[in-house]
Amino acid sequence: MASLRCFLRSGKNAMAALQRSGFHSSAPAAVQMMVRDALNQAMDEELERDERVFLLGEEVAQYDGAYKVSRGLWKKYGDQRIIDTPISEMGFTGIAVGAAFAGLRPICEFMTFNFSMQAIDQVINSAAKTCYMSAGFQAVPIVFRGPNGSSAGVAAQHSQCFAAWYAHCPGLKVVSPWNSEDAKGLLKAAIRDDNPVVFMENELMYGVPFEMSEEALSKDFVLPIGKAKIERPGNHVTLVSHSRCVGHCLDAAAVLAKEGIECEVINLRSIRPMDTDAIEASVMKTNHLVTVEGGWPQFGVGAEICAKIMEGPAFNYLDAPVTRVTGVDIPMPYAKILEDNSVPQIKDIIFSIKKTLNV
Amino acid sequence: SLLFSDEGPADTAVLTRDQGLSYYRCMQTIRRMELKADQLYKQKIIRGFCHLYDGQEACAAGIEAGIERTDHVITAYRAHAFTYTRGVSVREILAELTGRQGGVAKGKGGSMHMYAPHFYGGNGIVGAQVPLGAGIALACQYQGNGQICVALYGDGAANQGQLFETYNMAALWKLPCVFVCENNRYGMGTSVERAAASTDYYKRGDFIPGLRVDGMDVLCVREATKFAADHCRSGKGPILMELQTYRYHGHSMSDPGVSYRTREEVQEVRSKNDPISLLKERMLSNNMASAEELKEIDGEIRKEVDDAAQFATSDPEPPLDDLCKYIYHNSPPVQVRGTNPWAKLQSVSSS
Repeated sequence: MASLRCFLRSGKNAMAALQRSGFHSSAPAAVQMMVRDALNQAMDEELERDERVFLLGEEVAQYDGAYKVSRGLWKKYGDQRIIDTPISEMGFTGIAVGAAFAGLRPICEFMTFNFSMQAIDQVINSAAKTCYMSAGFQAVPIVFRGPNGSSAGVAAQHSQCFAAWYAHCPGLKVVSPWNSEDAKGLLKAAIRDDNPVVFMENELMYGVPFEMSEEALSKDFVLPIGKAKIERPGNHVTLVSHSRCVGHCLDAAAVLAKEGIECEVINLRSIRPMDTDAIEASVMKTNHLVTVEGGWPQFGVGAEICAKIMEGPAFNYLDAPVTRVTGVDIPMPYAKILEDNSVPQIKDIIFSIKKTLNV
Repeated sequence: SLLFSDEGPADTAVLTRDQGLSYYRCMQTIRRMELKADQLYKQKIIRGFCHLYDGQEACAAGIEAGIERTDHVITAYRAHAFTYTRGVSVREILAELTGRQGGVAKGKGGSMHMYAPHFYGGNGIVGAQVPLGAGIALACQYQGNGQICVALYGDGAANQGQLFETYNMAALWKLPCVFVCENNRYGMGTSVERAAASTDYYKRGDFIPGLRVDGMDVLCVREATKFAADHCRSGKGPILMELQTYRYHGHSMSDPGVSYRTREEVQEVRSKNDPISLLKERMLSNNMASAEELKEIDGEIRKEVDDAAQFATSDPEPPLDDLCKYIYHNSPPVQVRGTNPWAKLQSVSSS
C-alpha cells in the first residue's frame, strides 16, 4: 500500500535547514581538456594498446573527423587502422560488425546518430542479439560512437536523441558521457568491452573544457560501464540526468543552493545497464526525484526511470510523484527562439524542482 | 560460365574416387537431414521457421570442397547445409531445430541462428549477411592470414541496397570476399523475372568480375569456388559467383511451393537435374564406385540421421536457468527484469 506521505506535498524537507553541502576540495587541477580531446586520447591510447582496434566511418581519416574527434589518428596509424568509408551506413556498419565477428575490435563512427537509423538493423539484429542467439559462441566486441541528440540550428532531421531507442534493446550497452573524464574513461571501457556498446557523445560538448585529474590522464584510466556518478551531493531533491543536461542540472543546483535548496545531481553515465541502485539510494535520502533529458518524453529515459522507481523500494520514500524534464514532444525546429524553447533550459529545471518540492 | 576477366575456371576437373565418395556422402547427408527436418516439422516437433535446402546440395558441398577449413562462410537463413559442411553434426543441427539443450546453439537460436568456427550463421535478415561477410573478409585482410570469406545470398536478396554498398567497399578496398548468389529462381514466391530488372545476377556486381555456374553440378561449383578463392587470395579483390540451382521445397515449411510454380517444373528438375543423381551417375558410369557401395553409404546415412532425430526428440529442452544466459560476453552478471517486477533474473555472461 502506498505511503500517505507520497500524497502530501508538504515541502517541509526542502526548507528544512540551511545546510550547505561542503564542496570537497579537489586534487590540484592537473589539466584542462576538451571533451573532443579526451575522446581522441582514449582512442589513441586504445589503438596503441591493441592492434585489433581500428576506427571506420565517414571522414574519420583524412578529414580528421567531421567534428575533429579523430584528429591526428590517421597520420599516426595509417590507412589500415583509420578507414574513411563511402556514404554507406548500412554497408559499413555491417562490415564493422562482421570484422568484430572475425576477431577485430572496430570502432564504428556515425557522423551523427541520426544516420545510424540507416544501419540500425546491423546494430540490433547483427550485433546486439548475436551473443545470445549463438548461446555465447559468437561475441561482438564493437563500439558504435558519434554525436547524439540536439545540436545548434541543425533542425529536425539532425537533432534526434537515440538514447531510448538503443537502450530499449537487450544485448547492447548504452553509454552517455557528460564531461571529459566521462568521455575518456567510458570510451576506453567501451573499446575494451567484448560487447556491442553504443557510445553517445554530444556535439555541443566537444569544445567544452573540463579539469582532468592525474588519474584520468593515465593510459589505464577506465570507468565502469553501468555505474552512475554523484556529481553533487544534496539532501532535498535528486536530479538524474545524462550527457549535456548534467551540466544544466549543476547550474540549476547552483542557483537553488542560494535559496537553500540542495540538489543531489546524479550523472547516469550509462543508460543501459542503468545504475538503478544509485538512483534509489538517493531518492530514499531526498524523497524527491526529477529526471532531466534532452530527448522526447514519450517512452524515454525519464519514463523508464519513473517505472523503475515505482517497482523498487524507493517508491515508498517519495513525497511527490517523479517529475520528468524533457525535450518538447516535437520535431526540432530551426529558428533559434524556437529551438531554444524545444530543449530543457535551466529555468525549466528550476521550475520543475520547485513544483516537485511544492515551494 | 561467363566472365569479365580474361581467365576463368578450368573447363575440366579431376575427380578422384575418394573425393566423389566424400561429395556423395556430404550431399546425401544434407538431403536426408533436410527431409528428416520436413518430417519432424510436419509432426510439429520442429516449429517456427524452417527453410529447407534439398535440391541445392551441390552448392554447399561444392563450396566447401573449393575452400579451406580455415576460410570463412556466412549465409542467410537456408543454412542447415552449411552448418553441416562447416563441421556441425546432424544431431546438433536437428536438436537445435527441435529446440533442445543439445542443439548447436543450446536451443537459443533455432533454424536460422547456428554458428561454428569460421561459420557465422544463419542470418534472418535478408541481405544483412553480405556486408557482414565483407567485414569478415576485411578482418582476414587486416590480419594478413591469407584467408577468404564466402558470403552467400539468394536471388531475392540480390536486390537489397546494402549489397551494392558492400560491392563498392569490397572492390574499393580489395577485400578477399567471394560473393555467391544462390539463384534458385524464386525469392519466396516471386520469380526472378518478376523481381529483377536484370536477372544476370553474376553481373550485378558491376565492376566486380562475375561468373555464372551450374549449381547442380558439384564439380562445377568446386572448380568455380577454387578459382574464385584463388582470385581473392592473390589480392585481386572480390569476385562474384552466381550458382544456378533449385529448391524442391517451398520457401519454407509453410509454403507448399506450387502456387507460383508448377509441379511439372519441380518434377523436371528432380528427374533431369538432381545434384546427387548427377554425381551418382557420373561415378557409376566411370566405374568409380558400385551401386552396392553407394547403397551402403545411403544406409549409413539413414542410420546417422535417424539416430540424430532420435536424439533431437528425446534430448531435454534447455533449463529455465538458461533464459537470461549469454546476453553478454565476458561481463559481470546483470539483473534482468522478468515478466513482472518481482521476477528478478540473473544474466550470466559467456566467457
